[in-house]
Amino acid sequence: MSGILSYGACIPRTRLPLAAIGGGTAREGGPEKAVAWNDEDSITLGVTAAIHCLEGFDRAGIDMLIFASTTLPFEEKQAAALAARVLDLPRTTQTLDVTGSTRAGTSALRAALDAVSAGSASRALVIASDTRLAAPGSGLEARFGDGAAAFLVGEGEVMAIPQGFSAITDEVTDLWRPSGHRFVHAWEDRFVVQESFAPNMAAAIGSLLEQTKTQAGDYDRVALVAPDARAHAGVARATGFESDQLQSPLFGRLGNAGAAFAPILLVAMLEAAGPDERLLLADFGNGANAACFRTTGHATTLSPRRGVEWNLARRRVVSDYDDFIKAKGLAPSEWEAGTNPGLSATILFRERDDDLGFLGQRCRSCQAVQFPAQRICETCFAKDDFEKVRLSDRTGTVVTYTFDYFYPTPNPPTVVTITDVDGARIHLQVVEIAPEDMKIGQEIEFVFRRIHESGGRPNYYWKGIPKPEGPTS
Amino acid sequence: MANKESIRDKVSIVGVGCCPFGENWEKSPSDMIVDAAYEAYADAGIERPQEEIDAVFTGSIYSNKGPHECADALKLFNKPVTFATNYCATGTDLIRLGVLSIAAGLYDTVLVVGYDKPKDRGVSGPSVVVDRVRDLPQTPAGWFSLAAATYFEKYGASRKDLAKIAIKNHANGCLAPKSFLKRPITEEDYFKARIISWPFGLYDSAAQTDGAAAAILTRSDLTGRFQGDPIAVKGVTVRSGPNPQKDPGNDFLSWKPTAWARDDVYEMAGVTDPRKQIGIAQVHDCFSLTELLTYEDLGFCEKGAAKECIADGVFERSGALPVNTDGGLKTFGHPTGATGVRMIYENVLQLRGRAGERQIEGIDGKLALSHNIGGHPTACGIAILGRP
Repeated sequence: MSGILSYGACIPRTRLPLAAIGGGTAREGGPEKAVAWNDEDSITLGVTAAIHCLEGFDRAGIDMLIFASTTLPFEEKQAAALAARVLDLPRTTQTLDVTGSTRAGTSALRAALDAVSAGSASRALVIASDTRLAAPGSGLEARFGDGAAAFLVGEGEVMAIPQGFSAITDEVTDLWRPSGHRFVHAWEDRFVVQESFAPNMAAAIGSLLEQTKTQAGDYDRVALVAPDARAHAGVARATGFESDQLQSPLFGRLGNAGAAFAPILLVAMLEAAGPDERLLLADFGNGANAACFRTTGHATTLSPRRGVEWNLARRRVVSDYDDFIKAKGLAPSEWEAGTNPGLSATILFRERDDDLGFLGQRCRSCQAVQFPAQRICETCFAKDDFEKVRLSDRTGTVVTYTFDYFYPTPNPPTVVTITDVDGARIHLQVVEIAPEDMKIGQEIEFVFRRIHESGGRPNYYWKGIPKPEGPTS
Repeated sequence: MANKESIRDKVSIVGVGCCPFGENWEKSPSDMIVDAAYEAYADAGIERPQEEIDAVFTGSIYSNKGPHECADALKLFNKPVTFATNYCATGTDLIRLGVLSIAAGLYDTVLVVGYDKPKDRGVSGPSVVVDRVRDLPQTPAGWFSLAAATYFEKYGASRKDLAKIAIKNHANGCLAPKSFLKRPITEEDYFKARIISWPFGLYDSAAQTDGAAAAILTRSDLTGRFQGDPIAVKGVTVRSGPNPQKDPGNDFLSWKPTAWARDDVYEMAGVTDPRKQIGIAQVHDCFSLTELLTYEDLGFCEKGAAKECIADGVFERSGALPVNTDGGLKTFGHPTGATGVRMIYENVLQLRGRAGERQIEGIDGKLALSHNIGGHPTACGIAILGRP
């Protein structure tokens, strides 16, 4: 039987209080949204969710990766191929991006489950990630949030089995972003809800219930995406769900995470569900998707994951709107970014295993672990006798550090360390730590981030964060 | 086993020159090369350089024009002109190459010219190197400050000790006519200045400037041909080291290339008690802590004991072993490729007793050391001069 084997989520740690938008004063406990900071984007959040999802699972068996997002950093150059390299997946993995609609995440999940059922894939990884930008100060800005979810799909010890899918397609210019535009546009709310959101969601849910011969009341947990709380309540009422069935849509905590919104809500249901529960999920964007699942006994035996609750509990509140604007690259700057050709593509090509895969090497003669790859062993001078070792899922220890106020960043200082991982020394930026908390011996976990934008394009590498509490990744 | 002493006293310096270091907006690299070389010619009494100079060793970091830039500036054609670079140790390495070429018997007299023109690099102010995805941020302050957390924790030193080095070098720079910064600072100034890369603030960091420096080297038995008071080369070396950022054995309490170069050059020059035999030293103070670590790495004091020596004023102009008597990289300025040659200029003037207001007394019969480190650091060059 095929189904969902594992899940993971990544919600950026930074939260912007909605009251701070436009320069207002925030108070603790008020509504907020999760925001990708300057070194995070849909790729980094998606990869991180996938790493959380894959904890304890062998990556070598994965043969399909679907990356779903409306905010892919490259319009041409595949996100899934980049993610596959970062995740050290086999070269034979079938990769594809699904984009263009906020329904992309649930469409990708269905496609992966279908591929596994049809036998064209045996184990598929689905990543849904979004970091949508609305114009500063606009109504949409307060609604959007950033995040990612990932699912591992295949046969074996599945924790949720799909029971049915439905899809409605529709052509409406309700929310849109033309090529090359940074900000999402929307027509007026009542039009979007009355002519697009509500009817499409109701149609998809109705079709699913009919097809599966179930009633609204049969479901233990129901997750519905919506543009706001009022539209959420409206569609729940219209489709016959009671409030005690409804998964919180996380308004005021996460925000509408676009293509990752429904997938994140599915993760929230999965991590809370016991065995033999019925879950229903409905998603929206140029139509609607609905899907239902039944959990198995593995819902409770799967080792703890870094899911929605774990992510939501980690917060760094930024209440200065100017900091947010700077981090998003929306503040005017004296120099246009990216007017140079950037790093040589040839260097990026040769150093993929180092920069993206974070693969070090172990000397077969002396066992010393080193990074980056080198021809001659730094310790015993043996030549060309190494095996690759993936360092991204290891834990490091800070050997020494400095705080650099000169390196261009919206929030100086940049914390720079020499971090030891299994004996290899790595010159590593550490984020999500205050300088006063840094110490020699600090335990470090590795995270995939944007490192700089040389050439006007995102360049990715690994950084450190203080090793968090909770389930390992 | 090689006889390291074989180089001692074989080669002498008979002329030195140095253009004023600073933000030389109106001077091109060629202008500065001419200023430095013609001062060295005049010092040596060379009137027909095209006939008297057999070979040229030149180098810089930011120029990518190769040996022609110097050859063309000085119109030294039909000669072997070598362009060498070794990060901030370029200057000392050029001296080494010149010494070796003469000791090998290939040339009688060579010209060494180190120069750099960072103000022509096409960036406004200091730049951040972005040539890789890894290893960022790449600022020199960020590389050298990595030894601070470890050293401070192990030996209990602090920014207060670093401040004394900065104050000393600012005071010394005020006495050097060709230095860039002539402004004494107080401890209060030091602590008020902005932080560049903790614990380095503005006054811990060398002043990157434009500049050129030159030296005329000749066979020691030919010094009589020149008017310049000759100073002998007792030893000169360069040592490579691993990138400290990925060296698994690095303790971030000292810089390995300095210790390795020290052992080599002390053997060449016969130094067994550096504190007694060395009367003056110009060391690579790209950052205040680099100078502090160098006191220890060169054996001027025990590992960990630098802060006591600093407090005792050992390295002040009035102390037992004055260091960076012209203000060092900090205030004289740091035109990367020129710095090692500028140190030779200072040590030659001091050993001749012609350093003017900043002349150190009581160094007759003693040795003068100059020290460069380059890269992260990944290289060190040391030269020791003295009376023949």
